[in-house]
Amino acid sequence: MTEAAAPGPATLAAATARRRLAARGAALRQSVLPVLGVIAALIAFWYLACIPMNAAQSVLEAARAGAPVTPAEASERRGMSGLALAVQNPAEAAARAYGQERPRLPAPHQIGAEVWAATAQVAPTSPRSLLYHGWVTLSATLLGFAFGAALGVLLAMGIVQFRVMDLSVMLWAIVSQTVPIIAIAPMVIVVLHSVGISGIVPKAAIAAWLSFFPVVVGMVKGLRSPDAAQLDLLKTYGATARQTFLSLRLPGSTPYLFASLKIAVAAALVGTIVAELPTGAQAGFGARLLAGSYYGQTVQIWSALVAAAVLAALLVALVGAAERLVLARMGLRR
Amino acid sequence: MSGAVVEAEGLGLTFATGDGPVHALKDVSLSIGKGEFVSFIGPSGCGKTTFLRCVAGLEAPTSGSLRVNGMSADNARRARAYGYVFQAAGLYPWRTIGGNIALPLEIMKYPAAERQRRVRETLALVDLAGFENKYPWQLSGGMQQRASIARALGFDADLLLMDEPFGALDEIVRDRLNEELLALWARTGKTMLFVTHSIPEAVYLSTRIVVMSPRPGRISDVIESPLPKERPLEIRDSSAFIEIAHRVREGLRAGMEAA
Repeated sequence: MTEAAAPGPATLAAATARRRLAARGAALRQSVLPVLGVIAALIAFWYLACIPMNAAQSVLEAARAGAPVTPAEASERRGMSGLALAVQNPAEAAARAYGQERPRLPAPHQIGAEVWAATAQVAPTSPRSLLYHGWVTLSATLLGFAFGAALGVLLAMGIVQFRVMDLSVMLWAIVSQTVPIIAIAPMVIVVLHSVGISGIVPKAAIAAWLSFFPVVVGMVKGLRSPDAAQLDLLKTYGATARQTFLSLRLPGSTPYLFASLKIAVAAALVGTIVAELPTGAQAGFGARLLAGSYYGQTVQIWSALVAAAVLAALLVALVGAAERLVLARMGLRR
Repeated sequence: MSGAVVEAEGLGLTFATGDGPVHALKDVSLSIGKGEFVSFIGPSGCGKTTFLRCVAGLEAPTSGSLRVNGMSADNARRARAYGYVFQAAGLYPWRTIGGNIALPLEIMKYPAAERQRRVRETLALVDLAGFENKYPWQLSGGMQQRASIARALGFDADLLLMDEPFGALDEIVRDRLNEELLALWARTGKTMLFVTHSIPEAVYLSTRIVVMSPRPGRISDVIESPLPKERPLEIRDSSAFIEIAHRVREGLRAGMEAA
């Protein structure tokens, strides 16, 4: 940059940046209130729903404690819906809905307390710790995501560069995703186990199975995003196919790649959890969910679900941060 | 013959479509000498862009012969005989202005130091010095189009093919860029093929104006400009200028009526 011309564009850019920052602040203020409102409404509905959902247990506890309940006979109560019981015993159903040990629907504060107890109040190496299970799931997720993303990118490159792959691979990629993963996961794990592969790798394989697909689809679209004029331009330079790929198709595909990576990382987490279900796995969120359902520990199931959701959100946010960093480096403003 | 930069003889291009063949070009014969500024004007569908793309080797003619620098158009393309400026600037958003101008130089494997020197030189040539590290979105449409001209100039091709480069710009910017383009042409002595649908633009810029008409795309008139090489913007109010513009308009009308 020469000194003479620098101030013009430099101040212009600074003003633009300031304006964008101010606009972002305003947008944040505008979006926070509605989001908080929606969350508050959901939580209120949740607490309300706990009353009929847990009414059968509430009324049973009340009857055992000697309180008058309608209908008084347990045999009459057996066939009734939770809603009907709650309507006929409003005071008992409301008072006893939130303190049960194994509620049908735990209240948010019960889940919160369990998550707190299972993260902050036990050692992270303990099998009772959600952090321990989270790490087991996370490590397989990341490994599977890395394999899936790499496979997806490679397949997309092949599809765009070679007509034979274009005609053959996509069909099989789609077929692979139409097979229910819950059905295929146990087979994959059993087959891999029989050839001596166990532990993290089978779980990562399922995670990769789910995560390569969005990457293939997004990356193919991205690699094909340059229009005819941009391709003609390179043709006028006598560019080779390799040069066209490196200088135009690859950088042009980056925004598409990150959009698919966000989906892929969440899919990898789902794949890992599904893979942890059928094997009677000792550890991981999937094992935690399964153990909870064996013993009717609904609070444990829900806390594992919440922890998995938080982990997914973190992973997607991490990919989003990488996206902003890379695109800003490339000068691609978002 | 050997001195001609572009030599077309009975050139024809027919596209096969679902509704039967479309004659994009029919029997086009034209010889363009070194250092000429030739404009192609006509209504859409007259084949002016198609002819330019044939010269660039981006379309293959179906009949006739076409020589560019004495070679086939395809070989001339491989020999990087021309720079091509498209209607849209088409700068890569992930490259700075300097990076965009360096793109053809990277593809043609110029050494890094040479690339830097040429980027700076061509940026100065199109009056964009100091914008090397800006990204395209930080520039106005007119500046982006100037950068795309710089991109076509960087590798010293003697022939510049421009396809309605200022078509998307407002008239004030277009006037200025026209003036700058003439100055650039005078300085570099390149041969220019310029597609436009603006009569004043064609008359102001050209030493020769090729009037084309559609269905089939063909040349209906070729007008030699008697205007001097030095052309201030005010020349457009002179009687000589108005007379040529009138002849171009007549040529366009005759072509439309014949079609």
